[in-house]
Amino acid sequence: MLNESHMLGLRHTSLEDIRLILDTAESMGEILTREIKKVPILRGRSVVTLFYEPSTRTRTSFETAAKVMSADVSSISAASSSIVKGESLRDTVLTLKSIGMSALIIRHSQSGAPEQASRVAGCPVINAGDGFNEHPTQGLLDMLTIRKHLGRIEGLKVAIVGDILHSRVARSNLWGLSHMGAEVRLVGPPTLIPPDIQCAGARVFRSLDEALEGVDVVNVLRIQKERQEAGLFPSLREYSRLYGINERRLRAAVPGCIVLHPGPMNRGVEIDPEVADGPRSVITEQVANGVAIRMALLYLLLGGRPTDALAA
Amino acid sequence: MRWLLKGGRLVVPGQGIDAVRDVLLDNGWVRSLDYQGDASGLDILDVRGMVVSPGFVDVHTHLREPGFEYKETIATGTRSAAAGGFTTVCCMPNTNPVIDNASVVQFVQSKAIGAGPVRVLPMGAVTRGMKQDSLAELGEMAEAGVSAFTDDAFPVQSAHLMRTAMQYATIFDLPVVTHCEDKTLTAGASMHEGYISTILGLKGMPRTAEEIQVARNILLAEETACRLHVAHISTRRSVEMVREARRRGIPVTAEACPHHFSLTDRAVAGEEPGHSGQPYDTNCKMNPPLRTVDDIEAVIEGLADGVISCIATDHAPHAAEEKDAEFGLAPFGIVGLETALAVGITYLVNTRRLELSNLIRLLTIGAAEVICSPNCPAGLGDLFDGARADITVFDPTDEWKVVPQALLSRSKNTPYSGHLLTGRTKYVFAGGEMVVREGLALLQTGQ
Repeated sequence: MLNESHMLGLRHTSLEDIRLILDTAESMGEILTREIKKVPILRGRSVVTLFYEPSTRTRTSFETAAKVMSADVSSISAASSSIVKGESLRDTVLTLKSIGMSALIIRHSQSGAPEQASRVAGCPVINAGDGFNEHPTQGLLDMLTIRKHLGRIEGLKVAIVGDILHSRVARSNLWGLSHMGAEVRLVGPPTLIPPDIQCAGARVFRSLDEALEGVDVVNVLRIQKERQEAGLFPSLREYSRLYGINERRLRAAVPGCIVLHPGPMNRGVEIDPEVADGPRSVITEQVANGVAIRMALLYLLLGGRPTDALAA
Repeated sequence: MRWLLKGGRLVVPGQGIDAVRDVLLDNGWVRSLDYQGDASGLDILDVRGMVVSPGFVDVHTHLREPGFEYKETIATGTRSAAAGGFTTVCCMPNTNPVIDNASVVQFVQSKAIGAGPVRVLPMGAVTRGMKQDSLAELGEMAEAGVSAFTDDAFPVQSAHLMRTAMQYATIFDLPVVTHCEDKTLTAGASMHEGYISTILGLKGMPRTAEEIQVARNILLAEETACRLHVAHISTRRSVEMVREARRRGIPVTAEACPHHFSLTDRAVAGEEPGHSGQPYDTNCKMNPPLRTVDDIEAVIEGLADGVISCIATDHAPHAAEEKDAEFGLAPFGIVGLETALAVGITYLVNTRRLELSNLIRLLTIGAAEVICSPNCPAGLGDLFDGARADITVFDPTDEWKVVPQALLSRSKNTPYSGHLLTGRTKYVFAGGEMVVREGLALLQTGQ
């Protein structure tokens, strides 16, 4: 059982809970390798995905996770619901609660919205990404991917590269990896580094080459065109020159270094295609691990015991 | 009606009085601040253990009427003021329509007279419609009696327009009150920029957004000789700049809000030491935002050494449904009239940073001096024989728990919900009438 009744972020998630989720996800991964990917462990449970922001992979991943475990899934998008009529978050959640739901998965452009929703939902709430705050399932699936490849997380050096300021992925990675005992390095243009982030225990770099020195893992963040349009760096061309990950720059890392990217990628901007498709890349595995992580979380939050999953 | 306030500690900073004295009121007028005669035939209020002070003056109140009566009305706002010990409030012009011409000034004044005896001194907008295009007719509003001109909530971004406004305002010798914020540094931001904004994933307002405009406005005040009042000062550098400007004789005053010397940005994360709460509490969202311990320290130093002239509430009511929103989308502002005194006692006096008499100065004559002009009544914030009775009597030791629903403001958006504060208003005379008795507001006003 998890200590927390929701999954809102990794900042407050205990080491014990993170380990339990990762371990359970490894078991869930086994289900995903079966020919018939269906187990009845969440039969009769209804899972609602409430997305205020567009998403393909995260939403599909959650829905697949729920369906593999035989839960019923309802999907609500801001664009096609009462939300466009001006309904408040609170009222939307209360409505869903009245209809009946076993778990609420929410993505929102505003930081803190899942936290606020959790106060009225009456069921476990999972944050599928809120503003610049957290994207805990991405952080967990990144850790699962790292652990599967390198056998551990503790003691590893992990560089997170790019727009840290506007990245919920970076924050969830930072919290999760720090709890697990990794050394987290953040690198990007100073205009995209959040203030005082070093107080969270991260080492902050301006030079990519220095940041990559001896790292075991490089997590490359998506750079958004709108940040350039906001004037936070001069051009994608210059961004790529200073912070783009390519084979040459990866020479500074340890030989067995792996490269992650939460997607969707801008090939040729933050990541060279040669790296994205190369032997160090674990990007497609991240996607598969995402389903396992989300299965584990739904399962644990809905009251399942880790051992039952194995038997299922 | 002849009241004898008996046995209280009379504190009148304007007169240098801080002593146990009996105060005699006669039909709403102060007859004696040191009555020693026969008490027979007088209505006696036993105020032993309490403090008797001039009625408080708030130079920064949003009464929301006209236009936003669902947040507050002049009636409910003045009732809230009375409950907090304020007998005079200056209301901000960001209403609908904006207070940018004499007719709206007069509307507010007449509504206030109908609502009860708490004095309302409207402030007029600097620009027409607060749209920052052209100057409002400041002369017409000065004639109608505004206490100051202000761009509060919509800080003038153009240095040229601000300079013009300040030059022009010197005709009337009224202060220009400025909310200092360079909007180019705060677009989309909802709290103080720092570690807490980083961990909450919220866009932050850097201190420099305030400080750049404090610096600019001080330079313009020096150049134009216009009286400048810096509203709700919140950072160390802002306080230092005002200190230096005053030392150089520039006509600058400043106010500080109770939340800027009692709460930090950690409250937004629900992690204020001693007050654990929920993260993303929109009742901790105001502008300027809650800052850090170091800024609080600087604000308190400024209050203690007189660089900051007064405590102002920035009472900013918002309806529950507006505040019950995602943090980034909720409106800025908190109510403050009913907690200001207690926050002052709890965080300034009981921590031994300020003498009680100094706190009272900041709530009374210090505020009155900021807006002093022919448009303000003589003797505001002061007490003397022959004055109309604006008097607040409070118990400086009464500990109480803030219950939002018990506040008299129409809105309940306070960050102090559940906090234990010390000091509570017991009796208030406004314009000679008793409006609070034994802690209960007596005004029967329309809701």
